[in-house]
Amino acid sequence: MSESIPMNAGHLAQALAAPIARKRSRWHLLRTQGVLVALVLLIIFGATRYDNFLGAYNVLSLLRYNSMFGLIAVGMAFVIMTGGIDLSVGTTAALASVISALLSPRGVVLPLAAGVGAGALIGMINGLIITRLKILPFIVTLCTFLAAHGLALLFAGNQSVSVSWDSGFTEIGQGDFLGFPIPAWMGALAFIAGGLLLNFSAFGRTVLAIGGNEEAARLMGLPVDRVKFLTYLMSGALAGLAGVILASQFGAGQPNEGNGWELFAIAAVVVGGTRLTGGEGSIGSTLSGVLLLGLIFNILNFENGKGVISLSAYWQSVIRGVFLLIVVLLQARLAQKEHEAGG
Amino acid sequence: MTLTLKTPGPRSLPKWAKVPSGALLGLVLLLLFNLCFTDHFLSLQTLNINMTQVSTIVIVAVGMTMVIATGGIDLSVGSLMAISGALAPLIFGARTGLLAIPAIGMIVAIVLPILAASVGGVLNGTLVARFRIQPIVATLILFIAGRGVAQVLTNGNLQTFSHAGFRWLGLGKVLGIPFQVLLMLAIVLVAAWVMRSTLFGRYILATGGNERAARLAGIPVQRVKLAVYVICGALSGLAGLLVIAINSSADANLIGLGIELDAIAAVAVGGTLLTGGRARIVGTLVGALIIQLVRYTLLAHGVPDAAALVVKAGIILVAVYLQKREN
Repeated sequence: MSESIPMNAGHLAQALAAPIARKRSRWHLLRTQGVLVALVLLIIFGATRYDNFLGAYNVLSLLRYNSMFGLIAVGMAFVIMTGGIDLSVGTTAALASVISALLSPRGVVLPLAAGVGAGALIGMINGLIITRLKILPFIVTLCTFLAAHGLALLFAGNQSVSVSWDSGFTEIGQGDFLGFPIPAWMGALAFIAGGLLLNFSAFGRTVLAIGGNEEAARLMGLPVDRVKFLTYLMSGALAGLAGVILASQFGAGQPNEGNGWELFAIAAVVVGGTRLTGGEGSIGSTLSGVLLLGLIFNILNFENGKGVISLSAYWQSVIRGVFLLIVVLLQARLAQKEHEAGG
Repeated sequence: MTLTLKTPGPRSLPKWAKVPSGALLGLVLLLLFNLCFTDHFLSLQTLNINMTQVSTIVIVAVGMTMVIATGGIDLSVGSLMAISGALAPLIFGARTGLLAIPAIGMIVAIVLPILAASVGGVLNGTLVARFRIQPIVATLILFIAGRGVAQVLTNGNLQTFSHAGFRWLGLGKVLGIPFQVLLMLAIVLVAAWVMRSTLFGRYILATGGNERAARLAGIPVQRVKLAVYVICGALSGLAGLLVIAINSSADANLIGLGIELDAIAAVAVGGTLLTGGRARIVGTLVGALIIQLVRYTLLAHGVPDAAALVVKAGIILVAVYLQKREN
C-alpha cells in the first residue's frame, strides 16, 4: 500500500504528523498508557486471587476467543484514526461466517478466501460511497450493517449453518500452531502489521494526517480518498476474517451473531486512548483495550467459580458499561488537563 | 436576544412541517403500488396493523430527532426501552402495600419505568453536555450496560402478565383508533409545536446549527443538550411500556433491540440534518411510515424479512444522498 503513495507526499505527511508526536505531555502519556497500567493491575489481581488464572488453558482460550475482536479492533482503529467510523463490522463478520460455513466442505482455502473476500467487498462499498458520494461514514456503515445482516440471513436461510468437520476447516478456529492457537497467531500478526503500518509507513502517516485535518491533508496533495478507501477495505477484510474464525471455532455460520461487535471494537479503541475525532491513536493501546474488556468477562467467570458471589452472565455487560464509563470520564479529565498544559 | 431568536433566518429556522419532496413522493408511490397490487390493502385492519407497528418507532424517533437536531445521537434508546419494559411488570407484580390498589399500582408502573429511562437520559446528557464526551461514545455506555441492567432485573427471563389496564395501553381503542396511535400523533404534534413555537425549540436548532455561536449568544447550550437526552430517554421509556403492553409479556433480551437504527433511519429519511441545526418532526413521521410500508409491502408479496433489510439500507442511503444534493 505504501508504495502507491508518492514519496514527497509521504514526507509531507510526516512533517504534518511530527508536531503531534513532539507535543506529548505527561497527561497525554497517562491518557494513552493508562490502559496498559489498568491491564497489568487486572492481571496481577487475577493471578493472586485465582488458581489457574495464568495457566496455559485459561490464557490460550482467552486469546483464542478474543482474537476475533482483536482483528476487528485493528481495522476499527485505523478507520477511527482517519476520523471515520465503521458500524458494519459485526454483521459483516456474520455474513462472512455464513459464507465460509456454506463453502466449508471445499477445504480450507476457498472458504477462508471467500469469507475475507466478502468482508473486503463490504469494506470497498463503504469506502467507495464515503469517498465518492461524501456521505457521513456513520450513515453509510449503518446501511451496510443492515444490508450485511440481511444478506447473511438470506444466504443462511434464517438459521445457523453447520460447518463440515471433515475438510479441515475447523482447524482455522480450533487448531494450534507451535502450541499457540491459530486465531491468536492471526490476531498477533494483525496487531504487529498494523503497528508497523501506522508508525513506519507513509500510509500510516497519511491516516493520522487525514484525521488531524482532512482539508489540510488534501491541500498538501495527500491521496486522502485512496487512503480512506483503503482503511475501510482493511476494516471489512479483517471483519471477514473474524467471521471465518467465528464459523470455524464454533462449528457454525451464524447470521445473527456479530450484533454489537462493532460497539465492542469501538469501546476497545476508546479504552485504548484513541479519540474518536481521529488524528492520533496507537495500535498497542488498542490491543490492551481488547484484552482489558476480554479479561473482565474472564475474571467474572473465575469469581463465580470461587462461589463467593454468583453473578449471571448478564452482569458482564453492566460491568463493561460501568468500566467504559469510568475510562471515558478519566479520559475526558486527562484530555482537559492535557489541553490546559498546552499539549 | 429573544427578539433575534424569534426572527426566522433564511436557513437556520425552516418551516416546521416541511417534508422532503423525495420522501413524500416515495410515500405516495408506495401507497399507490399497494393500492394496485396488494390484496386487502385498503382496509381498516391493514391501516391499524401498520400504524400500531410504526407507533413505537415514531415515539422513539421523535426524541431522536431532537437529539440529532442538537448535533448529537442517542444509541441507548433500545436499552432504555428494555429497562422500562422490564421494570413495569416487576412493579405491578409486587402487589404489596399501596401497590396492591389497582389504580396506584398502574400509575406507579407507568411513571416509575419512564422515570428510570429518563435517569438514563440524564446520564447521557450529563456526559455529552458537561464532560463533552462525543455522543456516540457517551450513549454507547448505556447501549451496552442498559440492556444488561434490564436482564439482571429479570434474570433474563420472559415475564408474562395479565393486567387489564396495561392490556388496554397496548390494544385499547378510542373511536376505533388504537390508543397508541393517538398517543403517537399527540407526541408528534406536541414535539412539532415545541420545535416551531417555543424558545426551547429555537435553542435546540441554534445549538445544533452552530454551538459556539449559540453559546456566545447566551443560549444555555449545556442545559438544552441535557434536556433533549432526557426527553429522548423518557420517550424511549414510554415506547418500552407500549411494546410490553401489546404482547402482555416482557422479554428484556428483545425489547427495543435494534430500534436505534430504525429511529435514526426515520429521522434521516424525514429530512432532519444529521449534522444538526435542522429538525423535521413531521418528516420523521413520514420517514418511519416509509420504512414500515416498505417492510409491509415486501412481506405482503412474499419477500423475506431479510431482503427487506437490504432494501431499507438502500432507501436510507438514497434519502441521505438526495438530502445532501438538496443543500
